[in-house]
Amino acid sequence: MLARRIIPCLDVRDGVVVKGVKFRNHEIVGDIVPLAERYAQEGADELVFYDITASSDQRTVDKSWVSRIAEVIDIPFCVAGGIKTVEDAGKILEMGADKISVNSPALLNPRLITELHDTFGQQCVVVGIDSFFDEKTGAYQVHQFTGDEARTQVTSWQTADWVQEVQQRGAGEIVLNCMNQDGVRSGYDIVQLQNIRKLCQVPLIASGGAGEMQHFADVFTQADVDGALAASVFHKAVIAIPELKHWLLGQGISIRQ
Amino acid sequence: MAQDIVIVNTGCANISSVRFALQRLGATVTVSDQPARIQAADKVFLPGVGSANAAMASISAKGLNTCIQALTQPTLGICLGMQLMVSESMEGPGGHTTCLNLMPGVVERMQVGDLRLPHMGWNTVVPKEHETLFRGIDAGTYFYFVHSFCVTPYQHTLATCDYGMPFSAALRNDNFFGVQFHPERSGDAGAQLLENFMRL
Repeated sequence: MLARRIIPCLDVRDGVVVKGVKFRNHEIVGDIVPLAERYAQEGADELVFYDITASSDQRTVDKSWVSRIAEVIDIPFCVAGGIKTVEDAGKILEMGADKISVNSPALLNPRLITELHDTFGQQCVVVGIDSFFDEKTGAYQVHQFTGDEARTQVTSWQTADWVQEVQQRGAGEIVLNCMNQDGVRSGYDIVQLQNIRKLCQVPLIASGGAGEMQHFADVFTQADVDGALAASVFHKAVIAIPELKHWLLGQGISIRQ
Repeated sequence: MAQDIVIVNTGCANISSVRFALQRLGATVTVSDQPARIQAADKVFLPGVGSANAAMASISAKGLNTCIQALTQPTLGICLGMQLMVSESMEGPGGHTTCLNLMPGVVERMQVGDLRLPHMGWNTVVPKEHETLFRGIDAGTYFYFVHSFCVTPYQHTLATCDYGMPFSAALRNDNFFGVQFHPERSGDAGAQLLENFMRL
């Protein structure tokens, strides 16, 4: 039986792992390779590395850390941030990443998703979506350039429409980051994820809001997501992955041990 | 035992992760698209990601078809590399790609009902009993999969998996072995399988 995935996310800035609250106030968490190695040993099913500065400050970022990770890690990992072209993606896949994730560049140029699909295959192409619930309008809206608060902006896309668009263009997986929940550890946005799940025929990964073990059980059983991504609860040792997986198994959830 | 390991440079593949996984086991690895170099190897790996038609086009452009078909040493196809080992794939323009025909068999799109495709993540594999490639690996061990096409179980199936339908997790015909999952990304179980293959 296919296992639900537990996915630690490591936000990378200038070659170190950082974490902010609601996308701000980043603090250094540690070196990339030892952290990645530790999570793999503890039973993480997959790792995601977000180069959070890359999309927002228009530069080509040194990605040599990708091959350093690939040398030591024996579980799949995905690299996100600053991938604007097929060539950018090709370099990262050649360095040993299993998947690449595009977010802001796909909003600027949706054809990029199709080009990535046609060149590397659907299984490599993850689309990250930063979705913000606007209480005034009651709408879920896609944001871009979320790595840099000064440049973060709302797009014209409603989240549900963009989810359908990226699937038509060849996305192999969608990571839905619910911005209102990011870093505040009050639980995943179950309602939004349930709605997106109905529209999503590819694997869907929940992101934003994990604070306790019950949140993982809730998002798997209530929103039927394929994986749950979290950062601060793992980095700050609020939740230990072996304990989490053991507990989820006890809840009757399909988990790899 | 110093072995000569060659990864066939299919030009479209997850070559680095396979190479790193073998290096973690202490192997010295060469990546090559030269027929003479591939033929001289003790063990050959045929990796692959992407689509069958693109991969076959790349292999044909490099003139490697007959070289691979003539190999007599243990050869392991990984993921798409496994799918290229059978006679044809329904993936590609017009729903047909001629593959390497190292064993009979057809690659078809998975029919999984309401489940999601690609089949992506860790799933349990059940090997046939007494199968050397899976020595030390229990039935029900998790391996990492990413694919939307598969070979349904048949006489060359070494191990099965289930995702909305049963399918071949591993194939074998004589010296040609293939795995649908990614041993290079399947933690300890994947390392064990690669080590078993190296010991053949």
